[in-house]
Amino acid sequence: MNPAKIFLGAFLVNNILLMRFIGLCPFFGVSSSVSTSVGMSAAVLFVMLLAAWVSWLLYHLLLVPFGLVFLRTAVFILVIAALVQFVEMFLKRYARALYSALGIYLPLITTNCAILGVTFLNIDYKFSLLQATIFALGTAAGFALAIVLFAAIRERLDDAPITPALRGYPIAFIGASLVSLAFLGFSALFGIN
Amino acid sequence: MDWPLVIKSVIGLSSLGLILGIMLLVAWLKLTVKVDEREQAARAALPGVNCGACGYPGCDGYAAAVVAGKAPPNRCAPGGPQVAARLGQIMGQEVASSDPQVAVLICRGGKAESGQRFQYRGATDCRQAALLLGGPKACIYGCVGLGHCVLVCPFKAITIGDNGLPLVDPKKCTGCGKCVQECPKSVLKLIPRTKLVFLACASHDKGKAVKDVCKVGCIGCGLCVKNCPTGALRLEANLPVMDFGKCIDCGICVHKCPTKSFVDRASGRPKASINPRCNGCGECIKACRFKAIEGEPGQQHRVLADKCVGCGQCVPVCKPRAIDLIGALGHRAA
Repeated sequence: MNPAKIFLGAFLVNNILLMRFIGLCPFFGVSSSVSTSVGMSAAVLFVMLLAAWVSWLLYHLLLVPFGLVFLRTAVFILVIAALVQFVEMFLKRYARALYSALGIYLPLITTNCAILGVTFLNIDYKFSLLQATIFALGTAAGFALAIVLFAAIRERLDDAPITPALRGYPIAFIGASLVSLAFLGFSALFGIN
Repeated sequence: MDWPLVIKSVIGLSSLGLILGIMLLVAWLKLTVKVDEREQAARAALPGVNCGACGYPGCDGYAAAVVAGKAPPNRCAPGGPQVAARLGQIMGQEVASSDPQVAVLICRGGKAESGQRFQYRGATDCRQAALLLGGPKACIYGCVGLGHCVLVCPFKAITIGDNGLPLVDPKKCTGCGKCVQECPKSVLKLIPRTKLVFLACASHDKGKAVKDVCKVGCIGCGLCVKNCPTGALRLEANLPVMDFGKCIDCGICVHKCPTKSFVDRASGRPKASINPRCNGCGECIKACRFKAIEGEPGQQHRVLADKCVGCGQCVPVCKPRAIDLIGALGHRAA
């Protein structure tokens, strides 16, 4: 499959937040301001890439040869959680700047469904390691696009004259559905499904 | 049931867990960062509200800066002298105590005092309203009243009162200055917590221009400056500026101001009283700025209680020491 199509498909057409509806907790939880959503997106990109590599290697080098494919959910959760813990310690020791930028978001996404979702999709789509990398990059970029856009909308909603009953999460949900509808416009873009 | 598969998966999964656990343990042993004990102690001493009044990114940043010797220990406004002393103790140095401050609103033009120039129907936030022709308030210098300060106050010390102006609760206010930075009209100001009197108007206009837009705006007449016994007030750009170092909280300016633009934070003030030691010299009559003392020369003078404001100007001029101030200077919860 064409790498550009994989990227675009993950980035726009099948946007993980707005079209697949995976990883919605940070979409509402961390989208109250643009700066935190940018931090979250960076952490997601980082962890998603690592998780894609590790899970792909584990699946193809361990689970398939031993015939334990059905254990992938448990194994992936275990490995990704341990990996994020390890990365957090590693960053704290050797990359203080990166740690202080990503630090508080890393534990939040240890077993985020978006991360886990990408690792499964990589396997279901029978991607090679390179394709899996591109897919993870595209998904993370799509996550960033959706959450930053949405955070900007929510920042404006905070100051808008809204009926008290709808303030906060209700109007955020309505907003999210409208953004999702807008993303529906990307479906079948360049023939990607 | 496929027992070999069950055993294989149980062993496989638990050994994976074991391996990961051991890896994490090794990583923890090898990679733990030795945080300076003093930094942890300093962080524990700070209030942890991350208000940023110290100029560092949050309490963590400030604790690190203090321990690194880059910041003085008395920069934490919410913590006040106690936290400064605690930080000084951790760092083993003497601390010059910081003067605790409190935020006050220097505008009294509420709904009743200052009208609206136009009906504003935009985003309910002062900063955005202020961008539109300076906001809907009749007075261009006055408080917009849409409560941006209420939102930014990390201590929930500000509420919007019935007159459409923010009220700062001095019990909750820590003097961090967040609201002062954020206010688009700069009508919030930090004053020393112990000081009782301040000018509550920000208008640089004069006379009629002020009167037209606000009933309680300072018209820049300078009466307070003339009457200030310690010279703590001076007129700058049509507004009296208070030198809090010189102000003695006598409250003369509060009562002399024709537009009631000053705020007296004292909940009560004493009254002068003249005892029979009075020889009727009349020095106190000259000293009183409020015509609150009367009496014939050579006879015991009297204080008119309804005119006396308790400023105490008569006390030092009385040669026979016949004047006492009865009652205490009350401090509103500060």
